[in-house]
Amino acid sequence: MNTLTYAARDSATMLRRNLRHTVRYPATIIVSLAVPALLLLLFVGVFGGALGAGLAATPSGGRYVDYAVPGILLMTVGYGASSTTLAVNRDMTEGIIGRFRTMAVSRGSVLAGHVAAALIRTLVSAALLVAVALLMGFRSGAGAAGWLAAAALVALLSLALSWLAVAVGLAAGNAEGTSGFTLIVQLLPFVSSAFVPTGTMSGPVRWFAHNQPFTPVIDTLRGLLTGAAIGHSWVPAVAWCAGLTVLGYTWAGALFRRGSVR
Amino acid sequence: MTPTAAAPGPAITATGLRKSFGQKVVLDGVDLSVAEGTVFCLLGPNGAGKTTTVQILATLIRADGGQARVTGRDPAREPDAVRRAIGVTGQFSAVDGLLTGRENLRLMADLHHLPRAEGRRRAADLLGRFELLDAADRRAATYSGGMRRRLDLAMTLIGEPRVIFLDEPTTGLDPRSRRTMWQIVRDLAARGVTIFLTTQDLDEADELADRIAVLDQGRIVAAGTPAELKRRVPGGHVSLQFADDARLTAAAGILDGASRADDLSLHVPGDRGVSALRTLLNRLDEAAIEVDSLSVHTPDLDDVFFALTGHPPTENKTSDNTAAPRPAREEPVR
Repeated sequence: MNTLTYAARDSATMLRRNLRHTVRYPATIIVSLAVPALLLLLFVGVFGGALGAGLAATPSGGRYVDYAVPGILLMTVGYGASSTTLAVNRDMTEGIIGRFRTMAVSRGSVLAGHVAAALIRTLVSAALLVAVALLMGFRSGAGAAGWLAAAALVALLSLALSWLAVAVGLAAGNAEGTSGFTLIVQLLPFVSSAFVPTGTMSGPVRWFAHNQPFTPVIDTLRGLLTGAAIGHSWVPAVAWCAGLTVLGYTWAGALFRRGSVR
Repeated sequence: MTPTAAAPGPAITATGLRKSFGQKVVLDGVDLSVAEGTVFCLLGPNGAGKTTTVQILATLIRADGGQARVTGRDPAREPDAVRRAIGVTGQFSAVDGLLTGRENLRLMADLHHLPRAEGRRRAADLLGRFELLDAADRRAATYSGGMRRRLDLAMTLIGEPRVIFLDEPTTGLDPRSRRTMWQIVRDLAARGVTIFLTTQDLDEADELADRIAVLDQGRIVAAGTPAELKRRVPGGHVSLQFADDARLTAAAGILDGASRADDLSLHVPGDRGVSALRTLLNRLDEAAIEVDSLSVHTPDLDDVFFALTGHPPTENKTSDNTAAPRPAREEPVR
């Protein structure tokens, strides 16, 4: 077998290992699904009436549940990334990565296995969340192409956040060290177009919300799922995801090689 | 990578190995050579540089200077060739606590690209050999320290390495698990595997090693067989206690090299095996000198260090294994 075949085989082995963790200890996937589901309930059931009334005045007006689902979907991806960063950090601190390093295992496979498992976990969580949303009255005007494009964007965002999560997991000395990343990923959606249009925010907050990476992603998702026009928001959305992926990938690779022999 | 097999000769060599972390010099020119199929023991206190040496030889970190060869390959230039020949178990190695023992072994088999059936066979074989069959399908996080260490070693062995690095394999284990681990090492040595072992414990080195090198502050201060090293260590002696000064003076007169330790006890230096002890006691008997009590002091790491370096073992860094230097061991003789 050549190097590439070994790399693929090792990555598949690592992916199997990570998926086995997920299947055996479903707590991570349940938490990363339950929290967004609860938020959906909170925003639609509690704040939805008031927020929806304000929303009706804007061009994107309509039912609040339809407005909120794309943002919650993005938060699901964020929670998935949080569990990835913890898993990578556990591997690092427990020393199993040290063991892999002394074996003739393809160098990239350890991290690639984590990212691939994170992608699968996140897509499953996202699908389950959509099911919950449908039960709560979410209705999409999107056709098959719209759904596919939305799924692709969720996967792209998950790829970006997973590579960042892997890098943070490697960089942190312990589990507590990853909490900063978790906090950012979980709070950032609140200062975006996830729950209210950025136009309703004030001054600098509006500027930030308008220009941060999550807003174009949410706007694009919302357009795709409601069947409305998405304009050009997909351009910054894809660019942000690609940029963050490259950043996370480069950072994680540098950390993994840090001080060691290839 | 050259396709030729490793040339016959030592399994491991190091010449002038140097490594610093920031300002701190950890290895200051380490030379060593390990013949194929032997057990080599690197003995030293915490912070001497044992783990760093293993990490360099096992391709985990790069040396700042010097040369290393493992099965004839350079760990820095041909890491994958070295990795295919070695297995590492140590303070920095680990098991996957979320998987069962059997799954851990199969994971290793997959990473060694073994055919599925062969991987299963070797996993089952190792579980039996290391008395882990009953716990095979429990997750490793529930294992005791000794079981975890055995699983760790089994994971190392699944690729059938020709050279095994064991970094303090018994630190923190209870005496029974320690004995089990020693027996496993002996069995491996009997199969012709080259073993590179580090320890802080002279007993362990004595039990297992063909050759010992003593590492102190990044330098090898002595090397040889256990017997050679112990001859250089004057810590071993028999201590005799007497009821009164007259008896002590009489005994001192007939025993070579005896020295008065305090008012009523006498130290007789030397290697005191059973026959030597019998000779000693017979001599006292013939002279009709009554001994109150007797104890045998064997040299320990402190003695070795003091003899070889002129200073007690110093702890150069704070380390998580807290094996404090023990006082000289006293074995009462009945």
